[in-house]
Amino acid sequence: MSSARADTPAVSVRAVSKVFRLPHEQVHTLKERALHPFRRSGHDRLEALHDVSLEVARGEIFGIVGRNGSGKSTLLKCLAGIYRPDAGEIWLTGRMAPFIELGVGFNPELAARDNVLLNAIMLGLTPGQARARYDDIIAFAELEPFVDLKLKNYSSGMQVRLAFAVMAQVDADVLLIDEVLAVGDAAFQQKCHEVLTGMRDEGRTILLVTHDMSAVERFCDRALLLDRGQVVERGEPSVVARRYHDINFNTAVAVAQDESPRTGDGAARIVEAWFEDDRGERSNALAQGVPCSIHVLVEMAQAADEPIFGVSLIDEQQRLVFATTTVWNHLRTGSFAAGELAEASIRFDNVLTPGRYSMTAFVAHAGRGDRVMDLREGFATFMVTGTRPSVAVVDLPHDFAITRIAPGAAWEVHAG
Amino acid sequence: MSAGSPLPYRMTGPSAFAGGWRRFLHLSTLLAVTEFKLRFFGSALGYVWSLMRPLLLFGVLYLVFSEVLAIGADTPYYAVVLLMGVIVYEYFGEATGAAVTSVVDRENLVRKVHFPRMAIPLSVSLTACLNLVLNFVVVFFFAAISGVEPRWTWLELPLLLVVAALFATGTATLLAALYVRFRDVKPIWEIVLRALFYATPVLYPIEQLAEKSETLARVAMCNPLAALIQQIRHAVIDPSAPTAAEAIGGVAWLAVPAAVLVGTCSLGFWVFSRMAPRIAEEL
Repeated sequence: MSSARADTPAVSVRAVSKVFRLPHEQVHTLKERALHPFRRSGHDRLEALHDVSLEVARGEIFGIVGRNGSGKSTLLKCLAGIYRPDAGEIWLTGRMAPFIELGVGFNPELAARDNVLLNAIMLGLTPGQARARYDDIIAFAELEPFVDLKLKNYSSGMQVRLAFAVMAQVDADVLLIDEVLAVGDAAFQQKCHEVLTGMRDEGRTILLVTHDMSAVERFCDRALLLDRGQVVERGEPSVVARRYHDINFNTAVAVAQDESPRTGDGAARIVEAWFEDDRGERSNALAQGVPCSIHVLVEMAQAADEPIFGVSLIDEQQRLVFATTTVWNHLRTGSFAAGELAEASIRFDNVLTPGRYSMTAFVAHAGRGDRVMDLREGFATFMVTGTRPSVAVVDLPHDFAITRIAPGAAWEVHAG
Repeated sequence: MSAGSPLPYRMTGPSAFAGGWRRFLHLSTLLAVTEFKLRFFGSALGYVWSLMRPLLLFGVLYLVFSEVLAIGADTPYYAVVLLMGVIVYEYFGEATGAAVTSVVDRENLVRKVHFPRMAIPLSVSLTACLNLVLNFVVVFFFAAISGVEPRWTWLELPLLLVVAALFATGTATLLAALYVRFRDVKPIWEIVLRALFYATPVLYPIEQLAEKSETLARVAMCNPLAALIQQIRHAVIDPSAPTAAEAIGGVAWLAVPAAVLVGTCSLGFWVFSRMAPRIAEEL
C-alpha cells in the first residue's frame, strides 16, 4: 500500500437514499393488466435509506447495526452493487467482495471442486486465480478427503466451512459481510474471528452488518447505527451499542408497562419506573461495572404513614437476582398525604452480568409488608451491556492472581 | 494486497454488463459449462439423452410425414433436411424456453452478488449452443450415410449458426426480462414455440409451400429461422434446393428477416438493460 493514497477512504457513501415501491397488489399477469388497463396499481413508498453518509478508512472494521428493517442490509446491498441507490453516490477503493450469504451459487449436485470455482468466480476472481487458490481453499476448510463428494452429501457444517474458506481466500480489499458469521459452532466462530482480525491486520477493510453488539464491541473500530433508514448514531462501538440497546428496549418497556400485572389495594399507584446510567441520564442499557440507579415514581391515592417501598430484579432465566426494600435498609419513609408523589431511587454498582433483566416494584402499608398497595411485576426491563462473559448471575468486582509457590515453601505452610 | 494502490471508483449498482467484458464472458461461460455438466453428468447416459430427444422427434416426424403422408417424397435427402431442421429448431426452442425463467430461477445469485445480469440469459444460450454443436455431428453422420458430398459451401455453416445463436440469444434476453414482470410469458411462449415450428419450413420443403401460394412462402421466409434453415439446407445438404434469397424472392427481400432478427435482438438487449438495475428488487 502506498502512503500517498493512504488517506483515501476505502468506502465513501455520500447522501445515499433508496426508496422501494411496494405495490398494494402485485400485478403479475397480462390478464390482470388487460382486465384493468387503467387501474393505477397503487404502491407504498418505503424509504429504506434516507440521506445516509459514511466514510470508512482503509484497514478499518466498521460495524453497521440496527433493528430489523432499519435499512442496514439495504445499505450493504447498495454498497455491493445489488441495488441501485435512488440518490447519492457510493465510491469504493480496491476490489470489493460481498458476503451477503455464504456459498452464493453453490449447487448441491456438483462436487466441491466445481462449487469452489463457481463461488470464487462469482465473488470476483478470474478462473485462473480461482484454480490457483483451489488447494488453499480446500486446505483451509480441512476438507481434503471429501473433495470428490457432491455438495449435497456434505453436512451443513462442512458446507459452511467450504463457503467460508472461499471467502477467506477471495482476497478482496473491501469485504461486505452480512450476519453470515452467526452460523457454525464455537470453534468455527473462533476461526472466523481470527480470520477477520487477520484480514484487518493485512490492511483490508471490513464492513460488518450485525445484531450482535458484543461482536461490534469486540471487533469493530467504529460503528454506525441505523434506525428507519437514517443514521442515528456513529462513532465508538460502545457508544453505538449502548444507543442500540436504548432504541431496542425503550419500545419494549412501553409495551411492558401497559401489560404488566398489577396487584394491591390501590392505596398507591406506581406510575413510572426508569433506569439511569452513571451520568444520570435515562437509559435502558446499563454498562457492566459502572454505577447506575433504578427509579420508581409512586403516586399516593390515600394518605400513608411509613409506607414500604421495594424493588427486585429477575434475569432471563427467571432467577431472582437482587431484591431490596426500605425495611431491610432500616429506612424511614415518612408520611404522605393523598395525591403526593414519591420517587424511590436505588443506586448500585452494576455488578450484573450482561443480559436482560426485568424489574418488579411494589409499595406496601407499614408493617410486615404483606398488605400491598400496588405491585407491578416485570414493570420495566433493562439490558446490561458488556464484554466480560459469565454464566453466573453477578460479576463481583474482583482481582485474580496466580502465584507460584516454591515446593519448599508449600511444605513450610503445611508444617507450620 | 493484490493491486498496489487502486483508484476509487463509483459503484453505480447492477446493470446488464457491469464489471467489464472479461468478467462478463468468464461468468457466462462458467454458468453455461456448469449447467452443461449438471445436465450430462447427472444421469447414467448423460449426453445420449440430450441427443435422443431431437432424434426421437425426428424419427416420429419422419415416419409420419415421409412414410404416411409422403410429403418429402420429391425432396432429395429429405431425412437429413428434416433432421437438420429439427435440431436447429430444437436449439432455438431450448435456448429461449430455458431462458424465460432463467433470471427468476437464479434469484439467489441476483439478490446476493454483483455481476453483469446479462450473463444469465447468455449462459443459457451458450449451453444450448454446446448442445447444438454436438448434435450437428449427428447431422453430418446422417448426411454422410445419405451420400451428401462435402462442398466448399459447408464453410457457410459456422456463420449461419452464429447468426442463429444471435437470434436465439436476443429472443432469450427479451423473454427473460419480460418474465420478471409478467409471469404468463412462459405459457404464451410455449404455444408460440409450437406454432412457430409449423410455420418454419422444417417438416415441408419451402418449394412445396411456394407451389400452393407464393405469398405464403414469402411470409414464412420472413422468419429469420426459416431463412437460416433454408440457407443451411442449400449450403450443406442439397445444392439443388433454393437458397434463402431465392425462396423469399430476391436478395433484397432478405432484408426483412434480417430486420426481424436485428429488431428482436435490439429490443431484447434494450429491455434487458433497462430492467437490469431493478431486477433484484422486482423478484
